[in-house]
Amino acid sequence: MKPRLAGLVGLAALAATTSTRAETVRIKVDKLSFEPAEVTVRVGDEIEWFNADFVAHTATARDKSWDVMLSPKKSGTFTATGTGEIGYFCRFHPNMVGRITVLSK
Amino acid sequence: MIAKVTTACMVLALGCGSALAQATKPSDAQIAHIAYTAGQIDIKAAELALNKSKNKEVRAFADDMVRDHKAVNDKALALVKKLNVTPEDNDISKGIVKQANDTETSLSKLDGAAFDKAYAANEVAYHKTVNGALEKTLIPSASNAELKDLLATGLKIFQGHQQHAEHVVADLK
Repeated sequence: MKPRLAGLVGLAALAATTSTRAETVRIKVDKLSFEPAEVTVRVGDEIEWFNADFVAHTATARDKSWDVMLSPKKSGTFTATGTGEIGYFCRFHPNMVGRITVLSK
Repeated sequence: MIAKVTTACMVLALGCGSALAQATKPSDAQIAHIAYTAGQIDIKAAELALNKSKNKEVRAFADDMVRDHKAVNDKALALVKKLNVTPEDNDISKGIVKQANDTETSLSKLDGAAFDKAYAANEVAYHKTVNGALEKTLIPSASNAELKDLLATGLKIFQGHQQHAEHVVADLK
């Protein structure tokens, strides 16, 4: 029984490290800052921002390719498609900035 | 004598561009009133812009000002109620209201692109003044920790407004 269980655990660990399943990367928006301000994700991963502030924000790509509205105390998401580095900011408060690095799967 | 001193303070407050920076240490009740008044002034200016401007970017900016300053002022009102503080009118808040009325009068006379440019430029200058006052006078003078914290968050929001206004000014050129 014991070796079998160990084997299963080992398999699960292996699956976790080699998984290509999309993940969700969470960013908190608190007191006018994106935390963490820089994240690295893989193509297909979802980025979820939770706005803990009492004012609305956005997460807007510098190249304007995407724009996520973040109402107070609500979440918004964006799924990374292409690889590369994307700078983003809040349209309402441009002093809020972040960066996402998207790696291939 | 009191009347004389008050007048002197008013003149001092109005005489220089940064009325808010000239204060002796205000109390929490006065700080709350100054911060609330400053927010109301910007809401009023935004409402004027929404009445007068047809520029999409200027209107979007004005919408943002109404929404954010209302949100901050709602927080401020809830906080003074919780702390049982009665906001107290004072020479600084009176001074900024007087300045704002003068600005409103001159803005009202303008139309079209001239209005848009003057409104946006005034938003940069106004937020700069308010942010300077928050940084140098209001936040350091606040004794209650929750008030200090709200003012600090307000400062970050208003610094964002200042940058946003600077972008609007640049786009209108």
